[in-house]
Amino acid sequence: MAMSPRRRARVIRWVQYAVLVVAVAAFLVFADLATLRDVFFDREVFAEMWPDVIVVALRNTLIYTACGFTFGLLLGLVLALMRLSSVGPYRWLATGFIEFFRGVPALVVFIALGTGVPLAFPGREIPGGTLGIATLALGLVGAAYMAETIRAGIQAVPKGQTEAARSLGMPASRAMRSIVIPQAFRIVLPPLTNELILLTKDSSLVYLLGYTTATLELAAFGREVLNQEKNLTPLVGIAICYLLITVPLSIVVRRMESRAEKAR
Amino acid sequence: MTEPQPRTGVPAIDVQNLHKYFGDNEVLKGIDFHVDNSDVVCVIGPSGSGKSTLLRCVNRLEEPTSGKIFVEGIEITDPDVDVDKVRTRIGMVFQSFNLFPHLSVMRNLTIAQQRVKKRGKDEAVEVARKNLQKVGLSEKEDAFPAHLSGGQQQRVAIARALSMDPDMMLFDEPTSALDPELVGDVLGVMKDLATEGMTMMVVTHEMGFAREVGDKLVFMDGGVILEEGDPTEVLANPRHERTQSFLSKVL
Repeated sequence: MAMSPRRRARVIRWVQYAVLVVAVAAFLVFADLATLRDVFFDREVFAEMWPDVIVVALRNTLIYTACGFTFGLLLGLVLALMRLSSVGPYRWLATGFIEFFRGVPALVVFIALGTGVPLAFPGREIPGGTLGIATLALGLVGAAYMAETIRAGIQAVPKGQTEAARSLGMPASRAMRSIVIPQAFRIVLPPLTNELILLTKDSSLVYLLGYTTATLELAAFGREVLNQEKNLTPLVGIAICYLLITVPLSIVVRRMESRAEKAR
Repeated sequence: MTEPQPRTGVPAIDVQNLHKYFGDNEVLKGIDFHVDNSDVVCVIGPSGSGKSTLLRCVNRLEEPTSGKIFVEGIEITDPDVDVDKVRTRIGMVFQSFNLFPHLSVMRNLTIAQQRVKKRGKDEAVEVARKNLQKVGLSEKEDAFPAHLSGGQQQRVAIARALSMDPDMMLFDEPTSALDPELVGDVLGVMKDLATEGMTMMVVTHEMGFAREVGDKLVFMDGGVILEEGDPTEVLANPRHERTQSFLSKVL
């Protein structure tokens, strides 16, 4: 006998709930909760991580991310304008840059800058030490993604806006700066925030540059503690710290998107 | 090189043998046309006739393919002319208003005054207030465009153009995007401007406005001017057969 669509939807939903309940039950049966707690949530290890996990590691992660994002945003804007330029070589250069850094893993960029540059240019180094290299590497990778986002944002601003600005006597550069770019950034704020979340996680690659106690960021800090304890609690600790950064950002993005939806 | 100065005693707008192609498509097929100082010239015609393109060539938002355009005696089709400078003397109002949505009404009116005309903030605000009053929207200076009706937005757009103290105004179908009950307010503001002696070139479908306010009516079709003359005369006794058929459809 054929079920009505509504009845069938209800049956399917109950099946889904049942599968979920079985999975949770199986987990509780097979898992030894005491061991789990010792391995993942050892209080002593948490206590040992405190307060360095915040005042050194989280702080450094925030600094690397902020510097990398700022540099990446500026470079991304320049690349976006180059992509839209009427001058051929600018367009080709920007396209080449974007394709390269979007296609190459961030890990490779970090290794190239951290190890490759000192080898290729003996006696010279990227200024700013770890922070300088981290800013450069995160910025180069971030810029490649952000450039395409910003370009799309600029193109999403109606042509009439430029025409109105030009008809008031504004030169093209002024119209771009005062009228088009501010509107473009409004449009791309949600995707740019997503990019910030991705960069936050990519900043964990700074550990590839080698570290001292002063330059430890979250991932390196987690590994350090992990080496001392035969225990996964440090990973849980740093995961919580990453989530402390990324979850609020996600919420902000969702708010902005729903507000943009309403404004339409 | 001395910079060309605007001259008096010549037409405000003088278009000579203007051609414009979009790709292979010839949109303007040799236009000769002028607007005298303090005149209101209305351009009518079916859609696709090239009337908006003609208007947009006058401040070079469209680049003419060939021909010459003089604005107050300055050849703006000369590649060496500073087109930004000439544009400050030509106000333009668009069908879709094109207010800057990220700026308040006041900032919409002051930004070009400050950035282009290099006026101080106080002076710019004063000029803006004067023009907002002229269009009857003094109380809206802190509002953002999205909170205004279409008619209000278009009046703000007119005030924005006026704040540059232009010598002439171009209107590109200024009431075509408006709800019918809002058209009157915008036309009223335009009529006031005409009374003050502003030189105006208006692409429009408002035959009543053309008859009442216009000094000259131009009928375009297929990229050429088919007929021009006194508005009452052209509307009452169109000579050209295509003018007759167009008017019979819109009147």
